[in-house]
Parts: sequence; C-alpha cells; structure tokens
Amino acid sequence: MFDKSLPAVAAAAIVTFGLGNYASAQDLTVVSFGGAYQAGQSKALFQPAAAALGIKLKEETYTGIAELRLKVRAGANIWDIVTSGSGSAARAGAEGILEKLDYKVIDVSSFLPGLYQDYCVGGDVFSTVLAWNTKTFGDKGPQSWADFWDVKKFPGKRSYRNSVAGALEPALMADGVPPNKVYETLSAPGGIERAIKKIKELKPHVAVWWSSGAQHAQLMKDGEVDMITGWNGRFDVVAKDGGKVAYTFNQGLLDYDCYAIAKGAPNKDRAMKFLAEIVKPQYQAEFTKYITYGPTNKKAYELGTIAPDYAKRLPSHPDNAARQLVVDLDWYIKNEAKAAAAYQNMLTE
Amino acid sequence: MSERPNEAGLRRDALLERLALFGLGSPALLLVLVAMVLPVGWLFWLSFLGDDGTFSLEHYQRMLAEPSYRRTFATTFQVSFLTTAICILLGYPLAYVLAQLPQRIANLCMIGVLLPFWTSLLVRTYAWLVLLQRQGLINQWGIELGLWSEPLTLVHNLNGTLIGMVHIMLPFLILPVYASMRAIDRDFIKAAANLGAGPVAAFWKVFLPLSLPGLFGGALIVFILCLGFYVTPAVLGGGRVIMVSNRIATDIELFFNWGAASALGVVLLALTLLLLWGASRIVRLDRVLGAGH
Repeated sequence: MFDKSLPAVAAAAIVTFGLGNYASAQDLTVVSFGGAYQAGQSKALFQPAAAALGIKLKEETYTGIAELRLKVRAGANIWDIVTSGSGSAARAGAEGILEKLDYKVIDVSSFLPGLYQDYCVGGDVFSTVLAWNTKTFGDKGPQSWADFWDVKKFPGKRSYRNSVAGALEPALMADGVPPNKVYETLSAPGGIERAIKKIKELKPHVAVWWSSGAQHAQLMKDGEVDMITGWNGRFDVVAKDGGKVAYTFNQGLLDYDCYAIAKGAPNKDRAMKFLAEIVKPQYQAEFTKYITYGPTNKKAYELGTIAPDYAKRLPSHPDNAARQLVVDLDWYIKNEAKAAAAYQNMLTE
Repeated sequence: MSERPNEAGLRRDALLERLALFGLGSPALLLVLVAMVLPVGWLFWLSFLGDDGTFSLEHYQRMLAEPSYRRTFATTFQVSFLTTAICILLGYPLAYVLAQLPQRIANLCMIGVLLPFWTSLLVRTYAWLVLLQRQGLINQWGIELGLWSEPLTLVHNLNGTLIGMVHIMLPFLILPVYASMRAIDRDFIKAAANLGAGPVAAFWKVFLPLSLPGLFGGALIVFILCLGFYVTPAVLGGGRVIMVSNRIATDIELFFNWGAASALGVVLLALTLLLLWGASRIVRLDRVLGAGH
C-alpha cells in the first residue's frame, strides 16, 4: 500500500515539482507512489517489461489521482500509466479522466474474481486486517471483529481508521452481520447508521484514529496500542523489524492496487500492451518477493516461483482469500461521500 | 503671480522619489500579488463552483448542514485560544526575566529561545511523539521513578496537541514581548518608585500597561498562526483533534473537486479577518504589529 505519511508526501511533491514534467521523447511514462512500493514495482514489473517490449521507460512519482486530475483538466497530461488504489481509480474512471481498458489486449482470464474494472486492472492484492500486540495478547489474539469489539475479553487500547474506507464493514461484522451480507446491509436504509452506531460503542476505547499506513505501522512498532486495523504488508514489515505484532486474515477486507491509463495518454496503445505484459503471472509472482501483497493473477501461484510457505502469507492465496470479504467498489462509488460525512460527524462528536 | 522658480524642480524630485520608492517596493508587491492574492482569489472562485462546474452554494450549504464542520471550527478556535493562553502564561514571565538581565546574558538566553525556533516543525512534532507516547521516555522514567504506575495518556489527544503547539508557538510570543519590554524606559519605573509605588504596584501600574502592545501583538500572531495548524494536530492529536486544515486535507481526498476544501479555506480566512478587524477596534494594529513603539 502506498505511503501517505507527511514526509513521503513532501518528498513526492519535491520530486514531482522539482524535476518538472516536461514532455519528452520517452516512449512510455509510468507513475507510482514512490518508496519501497515503487522500488518493488520497478524491479519486478516496470523495468523487465520495458526490456521485454523494447520500450524506453520513464518513471515518475506522484501522491494520488488528484494530481492526475489537475493535469488532465488543464490539458497538460504527459503521463501514460498511473498506479492507483482501486476505489480512487473507479471514481476517476466514472469522472472521465481515465481511458477505458481493452481487455482484448490485456488478458485477465486467469484473474481472481473482482480484481479488474473498466478503467483499471489489478496489480497487487492487499488486505485490511485485524492486528494485535503480541506483548499484550501473545498468540491468543482476537480472531474476529466481534473479538475486536469485545473489550471485556480483550482489554486494551484500540486504534481504528480516521476515514470511512474499510471502517464500516468490520463494525457490521462485529454486530453480527455475516460477511456475505455486509454490502447488502450497508446499501439498505439505515445500514450506514447501524455501522456508525457500532463504532460509537467502541469509541471510548479507541486511543488513536490512524490516517496512514506509515502511522499504523509506527503505532504497532512502538507498542502504542494493543489492537488495530491496517494493511497487512505494513505489519509484516514491522514484525520483520522486531515489532511485537501479529495479524489474522479472518474477516479481512480484500482490496487491490491497480494500473490505469490516463485520459489522452500520449502513448495509449503502447500503454495497453505494457499493462498486458505486467499482469502476466511471471511478473506478478516476482513482485511478491518485495512486499507481502499478493498477485491478482492466480496463475502466479501455479508457476512454483513463490515458495509455498511464503505464498500462504499473501492476502490473495486461496486459503486466505476464502476467509475474507472482497471490497465492493460499486458501493463506494455510490455511497462514499455520504458515508464519509456521517463518519466525520461521529469522529468530531 | 509667477511660480517660485524652484517649484517645478521640487515637484519633479518628489515624483522621482515616489517612483524610486515604488520601484523598491514593487518586487515585494508583485510577490504578494502572485503568491497570495491570485491563489486566494482562485480559491474563492472555486468555492462557488459545484460538481458540474456551474455556480453553486453547495459547499457552503454543506458546511451549515453538517454539524461536524461547526465542531471542527469550534475545535480550531478552542485549540488556538488555549495555546495562546498557555503561551502568555509561560512566555510573559520569561520575557520579563530576560528583559531584566544585562544585554549580553539576555542575548545568550535568547539563543535558548531561538534554537527550537530554527528547528524543523516536523522534527519537533515527531520528537514530542517519541517522548510522550505510551512507551515513550516520559512514561518510562515516570514509572521507573515510581511517580506513577500506569502509563499516562499524554499524546494522541488534546494534551499532546497543546504541548506540541505551545512549544512551537512560544518564540512567536516571547520575541515581540521582549522587544516591547526592552523599549520601556527604566526611568518610568524609577519615577513610579519615587512617587511611592512599591515594586509590585510599579509593575502593575507602569510596566505592564507599557508592555501590553507587545503582548497583544505576540498573542495575536500566535492565535492566527494556530488557526492554520496542520501537522501538529495531525501527528499529536491522534485523530481526535480535527482542525480546519486537517478537514481541508480530508475533503480534498473525499470530494472530486477543489470547491469543498476551498470553501473551508475561505470561511477560515473570513473568520481570521473578522478577528483582526475586531482586534483593530480595541488597539491600533499598526502599533501592535510594529511591536511596542
């Protein structure tokens, strides 16, 4: 997942504005979020694919779709491919600043279900999971969202997201809604209110409302809270650094980062071919070596290049995927603004 | 009646002088125009554009309709007020002590005030996080020394935000107050003593009123700067202290146009100007901001 921490944003801004975005004779320009995430993309996907297709590639860094919107609206876009969160891409596509993808060129026949859409094709799968402090709970950590809400059985400080994305679903599951009914319930009248009411119950025990991946990683690394929601790859990095954290995929929210082509991209056709290349199983398998985010193409698991033990730790591994709920982007396109307003009200109360 | 012979020459000189002054001032004026007036004007314009790009008041209506916006503004003013009050309580006595010291020693002490001032705001904010959190230094020492047994909640709330903001804002208060205190003629105090005032009465009746313009100016600067704080409440507030700037950032991510965030900026600017106007009714701002003359 991309890093929205302040230093990273500042650094990205300096890189973007400092180097300037002049049009040039590059054959293809790809934009991502920088940091360890883009470093992995570059080594596993971008550079090998460019070499295979004989493309002269230029990589740039940005902070999110808002930057692309400014460029496209000003008629000054020189980017071809952008990396984006699935939800942002869905909304950007609906808004008209992305090109429709041609799935006759990009082969998604062996993709896991729901990991591509009209305007963007999944690149890696991450999960919003329930994590806990192993110093507090040892191996006997919470195993469901009901446990997360159970402050008698699991006393301790909680941390929860400060924005609505991925925050309502766990609350409903804790309230007894089965995973496969979560979005149905949220779409029905009173559904959002029910979830918010459940979060209000937990509010006195929420010590920190986190805002970025960097922050929830830091909270666990420093032992600031006992239980938290967050992106699985971040917690693996913390655990690797000696942080006392473990997590479960139980009732996790499966989501993905994806690749989209900017509206009016200078090299649209080449970009389409490039996307067709980087979603192939061998590239997808290679990317997992850099961060514990899973491939979107399930054939990547069949190649044998991902060690079986390691594969079991990836969010899109069939065993893990089966325990999770796939995030419903359509619901977010229709309801996010409304739900976010209710969420902000709850936070400021 | 004929003009005096040098009148035309004098007029020409005056005009040239005015042109020269304008020439000196114009780079700064141009910068203010380009870096301040144009973006703010653009913001203002955007805040009246709806989702479909036509004129609309929807961003302002939303602010009225949703109670969270009102609470965000209330939090912003509350945090700014508390920060300013604590800065006055801590900063005024310190400035007073510094002003009594011989100049050379006072200058040395002033470095102590300015050193944090020259350190990056982000670094200082994260440093407070490291110090104040549950496993942070202050809690570790407190527990080891037996001062308290359970970790205190010092950060990720209003307390932490105030600690961080006071630390950052203190020099902005001390500097103008110190300057105005230094400018006070000591003979006034001696005269007060001569007329029978004790040290306490001399302070309250003579010194304090003379230092008030500096204090008022410093407090105003602190308060207004506080209104726009973003990083410190974001890092030390734990998501509980949501100020207008934080809300602007949220709205940019949430809504697919700049109007929502722009409207927040416009309202904050309007409230700030209103505040300045109110302050100008009480004291003469040019005097206050020129620090105590």
